[in-house]
Amino acid sequence: MQTDLGRPRATSVLVSAAVTVGVSGAALLALWVALRLAGLDATRALAALWEGSVGSTYALTSSMLVRATPLIFTGLAVALAFRAGVWNIGAEGQLLAGAAVAAVVGLWWEPGLGVATLPTALLLGAAAGALWAGIAAWLRTRFGVLEVISTIMLNFIALYGVGYLVRGPLQEPTHVYPQSAPLPDLARLPAIAPGMRLHWGFVLAVLTAPALWWMLRATAMGFRIRAAGQNADAARVAGQIDTARTTQHAFLLSGALAGLAGAVELTGVTFALYENISPGYGYTAIAVALLAGLDPLGVVLAGLLFGGLEAGALAMQRDAAVPAVVVSVVEALLVLLVLAAARWRSASALLTRIAGGAPRAEEGT
Amino acid sequence: MSEPPALSLEHIARRFGSVEALVDASLSVRAGTVHALLGENGAGKTTLMRIAFGMLRPDAGVIRIAGEPVSLTSPAAALARGVGMVHQHFTFVPAMTVAENVALGGHGRYGRSEARAHVEDVARRVGLAVDPDARAGDLPVGAQQRLEIVKALARGARTLILDEPTAVLAPPEGHERRAALRGFAERGGSVVIITHKLREALAAADDVTVLRRGRTIFTGSTATVGADELARAMIGDAVYEPPRRTPSVPRDVVIEAVHLAAADARGALRVRDASVTARGGEILGVAGVEGAGQHELLRMLAGRLKPSRGKLRIPERIGFVPEDRHRDALVLDFTLYENLALRGAGRARGRIRWPAVVERTHQVMAQFDVRGASPNEQAAALSGGNQQKLVLARELGDLPTAVIVENPTRGLDIAATAAIHRQLVAARDAGAAVVLYSSDLDEVLSLADRMIVMYQGSTREVALNRDAIGRAMLGAS
Repeated sequence: MQTDLGRPRATSVLVSAAVTVGVSGAALLALWVALRLAGLDATRALAALWEGSVGSTYALTSSMLVRATPLIFTGLAVALAFRAGVWNIGAEGQLLAGAAVAAVVGLWWEPGLGVATLPTALLLGAAAGALWAGIAAWLRTRFGVLEVISTIMLNFIALYGVGYLVRGPLQEPTHVYPQSAPLPDLARLPAIAPGMRLHWGFVLAVLTAPALWWMLRATAMGFRIRAAGQNADAARVAGQIDTARTTQHAFLLSGALAGLAGAVELTGVTFALYENISPGYGYTAIAVALLAGLDPLGVVLAGLLFGGLEAGALAMQRDAAVPAVVVSVVEALLVLLVLAAARWRSASALLTRIAGGAPRAEEGT
Repeated sequence: MSEPPALSLEHIARRFGSVEALVDASLSVRAGTVHALLGENGAGKTTLMRIAFGMLRPDAGVIRIAGEPVSLTSPAAALARGVGMVHQHFTFVPAMTVAENVALGGHGRYGRSEARAHVEDVARRVGLAVDPDARAGDLPVGAQQRLEIVKALARGARTLILDEPTAVLAPPEGHERRAALRGFAERGGSVVIITHKLREALAAADDVTVLRRGRTIFTGSTATVGADELARAMIGDAVYEPPRRTPSVPRDVVIEAVHLAAADARGALRVRDASVTARGGEILGVAGVEGAGQHELLRMLAGRLKPSRGKLRIPERIGFVPEDRHRDALVLDFTLYENLALRGAGRARGRIRWPAVVERTHQVMAQFDVRGASPNEQAAALSGGNQQKLVLARELGDLPTAVIVENPTRGLDIAATAAIHRQLVAARDAGAAVVLYSSDLDEVLSLADRMIVMYQGSTREVALNRDAIGRAMLGAS
């Protein structure tokens, strides 16, 4: 009797890892060449990138892992949605909704909630993300509005909503800066060690990944989500699955994870709400999820890689005078390479579909 | 010296990835004749004709039109040389009129009255009635096929290729179509009919070429060849005998449908008034020309589609084998055991116990003789026949009270077909009610204990008699 069930197949994990490493190497090489062509000191820039991400304990814990945390949460959100066949491009807006509601809880309700403030902020932050995604889910089922469009639009609405909050009801008491007052201590995620920027949200993110993996793998609901995403017709006809309901659930859960990302970022890192609380985590999340092959466990690795790249980019700008945006080029390259490499990965039909891969040879003659 | 063949394909080879669709296929169509290209599903017939029509390039081999070697880079190139094709799945624009569809693809100005006159002229010459002003999508399927033929001829086809032309027609309409094609050939044209039906090849054609697994096995005149010889050429030495049927032992009524109505996905009313009674221990055959509403009726009986009107009683445990297994029955990127778990997934709660599912997969795979992959491999790795056996294993493995089966052997070879038929009879003998639809009337007739025929959305019970069924499929009494 086979016993490798319920665990990822060793070969597929190895192939995935090899592809990821190969692709990352190729992208860094491309970065090096691009920097050389631009007449910059490429070697020094890459050294700074290394220093700023994994070169020291400080860089690792206070920069890279902190950056990776929201990328893992939102990466999981996007991976879950894509696995269900839902093109949720709105993790950014859902993140902002989560952060905004967590700010409301932390700033207004802390006196009443006491020690329950932080858990409430996180829970309601997740709920806000689900609600924000729920708008797109409802538009999709009720009016057939493509979620690709609606979620992007909702990102802007969320952004301007936060802009209103931090200039209106949530603005700090002096009414000078467009941001909220700092959160009280009871609304803050504690640091993992005193004086460290790294907070317990990182641990939560890393633990969420296997939980989501298990849900997709071992529960009936996860199975329905995967079936609906891979072949909605067969899910309906052979599985008698209510695919509309199933994808809706996945959409809401995806929104909740993105909302949690916002709540964690607010309560663990920024401690105040402002418009630029996310430098586009919800968009980078799409790249993270794709690089991970839509596998929740892979999202942790991809999130760490992108967290490292972004942390290193800041160091690169500081120490080697290379604009941090070149890292965006690397990230984009990574995703393109991964999609191009999708055909060599097992269980990557979804990725191939995203990449617009060649259809199967026609059946029959 | 005799005239060169109108169309000749010599030693054509073509592969798709790792699949060799054509290995060494040759076909020579004499001018003024009807030629049948005969073969099992999957033998390479359509691939060969797509090459002749410029839709696919051959990997090796020569194409000659009227004796001259040609390189066909597109259907337009083939049409320019007088080769036209009517596909099994039609290619007109449903929202346009017949005349507009025929004019489509032409050049220069579109003149409405010229287009109509052209259509009428072509239709009259070939003896096919079409209404140039009718919206193509509103036409019954037989008229749509006439449109497709007229379309090809209006573009100057002198050699006309038809892919399974009678699959969508009731038998009497098929006779009519054959007469029109015969007339076209007698006026100097040539016709190639792709078919997997031996009887049709013998009745309709002057010459016949048999393909098997991508090779030309036989070619000759239908006047001198016997049905036995053709059958052997088609299927090799494997001889198919329909499963021996003992008289059925009908049990309780398990499916009862009264005055059902239903619309298709686009909202068109497909089933108007269907009443069905199915008992355990019998196979209820369903016949009907394509689009008569059987697709929706079967889905209602299987509990997959809610009737918009009428009363329906079906058992809790019911299996369904849809005709398009790649779209509706299997998730090809799932493993075999995951595909097995699909049954009942809509109602499952909590955790799925995968080890038990795998064990059960081993079990039913052995029972239904599914070969070629382990339960851990993807369903895409299985051959078509084994995929279908897996679907059957899933739907029949837990001895359901009833099973609804739609075109269960489409695209399968003889051995797989025989296995599927045996399983259906076994399910009947075990007491299940089996409702079987096949577009191949012979298949239904060889298995059914009772028959109903669907015509324009209504059902009628008909005796097990080929002619009576054929008439009922056309709505005649």
